[in-house]
Amino acid sequence: MSPRKSMALALAALMLSAGAALAQPTEIRIGVALEPPALDPTAGAAEAIDVVVYQNVFEGLVRIDQTGAVQPGLAESWTISDDGLTYTFSLHDGVTFHDGTSFDAEDVKFTFERLLAADSVNAQKALYAPISEVSAIDPLTVAFTLSRPDGLFLFNLGRGDAVIVAPESAANNGAEPIGTGPFAFVQWDRGSRVVLEQYGPYWGDKPALTKATYLFISDTSTMTNALLAGDVDGTNNFAPEALAVFEGNPQFKVLVGSTEGETILATNNRKAPFDDLKVRQAMAHALDRQEIIDGATYGYGVPIGTHFAPHHPYYLDLTGTYPHDPHKARVLLKEAGYPDGFSATLKLPPVAYARLSGQIIASEFAKVGIKLELINMEWAQWLEDVFANKDFDLTIISHVEPFDIGIYANPDYYFGYDNPQVQSLNETLNATTDEAERKRLAQEIQTIIARDAVNGYLFELAQTGVWNAKLEGMWQNAPVEGVVLRDIHWVE
Amino acid sequence: MTLLFLRRFAGFAATLFVAALIIFLLLDLLPGDPARFILGINATPEAVAALRVQMGLDAPAHERFLRWVFGMLGGDFGLSATQRLPVAELIADRMAVTLPLTLVAMVVSVVVGLPVGILAAMRRGRAADTVLMVLAQTGVAIPNFWFGMLLTLVFAVGLRWLPTGGFVPWAEDPGAALRGLVLPGLALALPQASILARVMRTALVDVTGQDFIRTARAKGLTRGEAIWRHGVRNALLPVLTILGLQFAFLVAGTIIVENVFYLPGLGRLIFTAISERDLVLVRGATMVLVLITTATMLVVDLCYALVDPRLRGRGA
Repeated sequence: MSPRKSMALALAALMLSAGAALAQPTEIRIGVALEPPALDPTAGAAEAIDVVVYQNVFEGLVRIDQTGAVQPGLAESWTISDDGLTYTFSLHDGVTFHDGTSFDAEDVKFTFERLLAADSVNAQKALYAPISEVSAIDPLTVAFTLSRPDGLFLFNLGRGDAVIVAPESAANNGAEPIGTGPFAFVQWDRGSRVVLEQYGPYWGDKPALTKATYLFISDTSTMTNALLAGDVDGTNNFAPEALAVFEGNPQFKVLVGSTEGETILATNNRKAPFDDLKVRQAMAHALDRQEIIDGATYGYGVPIGTHFAPHHPYYLDLTGTYPHDPHKARVLLKEAGYPDGFSATLKLPPVAYARLSGQIIASEFAKVGIKLELINMEWAQWLEDVFANKDFDLTIISHVEPFDIGIYANPDYYFGYDNPQVQSLNETLNATTDEAERKRLAQEIQTIIARDAVNGYLFELAQTGVWNAKLEGMWQNAPVEGVVLRDIHWVE
Repeated sequence: MTLLFLRRFAGFAATLFVAALIIFLLLDLLPGDPARFILGINATPEAVAALRVQMGLDAPAHERFLRWVFGMLGGDFGLSATQRLPVAELIADRMAVTLPLTLVAMVVSVVVGLPVGILAAMRRGRAADTVLMVLAQTGVAIPNFWFGMLLTLVFAVGLRWLPTGGFVPWAEDPGAALRGLVLPGLALALPQASILARVMRTALVDVTGQDFIRTARAKGLTRGEAIWRHGVRNALLPVLTILGLQFAFLVAGTIIVENVFYLPGLGRLIFTAISERDLVLVRGATMVLVLITTATMLVVDLCYALVDPRLRGRGA
């Protein structure tokens, strides 16, 4: 090599490295505890799927923002008929899927016909049951006809279960997801990581990140080490017991927000003695929420008095309905005919918040005479016994579905609450589109179920993210599942 | 010899069949519907039923068992319930991590364990022997995941020489792939090395009392030379047996270490498959573990027969 040439090379190398030093990093490595079993959000309930692909790889007609509000997505605007039965969407022009095929009204029609088909395995199929017809009016206009008004229709369209897929690629989305989002799927090393890269021809605003790697790390101490060693740049939801390591560390920021997870002491309302209101009231008085929150979530949960997320505009604070009062609990038990209390089982799924809450509640209940036998279960067994077969007395579970108060209008639901008044109020709520009226109805239902002490209302699960201090734009709250990359960027 | 081989092989096949039957029955008896698990708590009964049909769960148990066994004979381990990919392919992928990891652990345990054992035997009864054997005893007692965490704290978090875990595919960067296996390999190797050291020491001590060592000494070799030239070779036989057993044990024993180091190996695959109720995958992967263990035993058995003619005659 001539001296001149090597000089030029050295200069080039110097300039390159200087450039690299000046530029902001544009890549991110995110640690998540659970690896998704597949990457198709329309064919599985696993939250881990949405964590990777929701709003990153796949998009819906609308999207949910950080506050839980509905924003335009693939549809730039829409109109709703006066009877609330027809929604007409205008679609963005120039949208393409990551395999280069174009997006139009036919893809929307395909997506929802697939979702509603008899052999559909969409986990949230029931939410879309009101749709009676989807018609592609022209390539950029699509109309939905509903069989009954549905106040949550737009929100449901923004969920991961309703993302738009293409007929060319839908069948293979589990292994190789192809959507219209700002990030395209690159690679999935099973058991290890998923790599996404910015999609050049994306129709919307370019995200700051060019590459995102999701690393699957299930062990808490391993995740702690990976964060400390800089092997991952952040995680959206970390075990609360390990947060103390990062809270005082200036290299990290801990984002504590709320989720849609109402954690309840679910009670089998169809079974004695729980079919007796006084017994349920006694249990409600026996619960000391703050003690449970401190013990089971290390203080990060927010107390709730009804089945509704505290960050929601419709939320009514009913935590004072049954204040912690063991004496009152014993009086109520006596009135219900259980002067010496009773014995019951408490079936616990394998999540830390449930197992820890279970132990605290057992000791709280013991003080008023209710003896609980704790039964630890695996998820699959819990789903089968408790949820499907309704074979339980009490259980502890977080209901993470957004706006899921409708489960109290379903007498066949696992906790078996059958109240015609709530059922008719819920029907009216579903058919109402006026915001103020919807709020009034939702609050009335909240009040009734709190008063009826259908379940023991414990706390709203917190989202506890740990991130590199130089990262910004992460969601603090989790109104839907997902680690949305669109606004995340590095700052110096 | 052929007869012996046939007998051993028949035993091997029978073991595999019985294992398959037990694995199938145990997993089939487990409560919990995989389809319900995949679709979660708000899925409609129709969606769950549709998925059950897709997954072939609607067929009677004996049909599913036979389909599975005959499929495996043809190399088809079925389709993973949650990942919808051939189980054989998933397992093969994970072997690309677990086998090298096992190999690293084996090599480290031999390189560390044998010299320690030899040294202790040569210094029998002296301070060095005591110290080494106490260390070996500690090595056996320390759980490998705990040792792994200790290594991570020192070499990954503190010194930042090596990654805290994860795995870069061989094809992408072989150097990085190997670096990723160093700490988990060491963690896995520690108890194995300790066991090897103890076995080596005992075998060598046994051997040194025997006639041929005395003969060697009589020929004028020093004690060290006699042990080194004649003793070690003879003591290796029991050590090889242990090594064969350890290999199978290591492959199966990587579950925890693979979780601590988030390595995409076979152990972690089984771990996740169990928690996700992916019974097809659990069954297939467990069978592969049984296959590896029994095949290793078979090979060790046959090697013994080759080495030691007395075993052939017995035909046992």
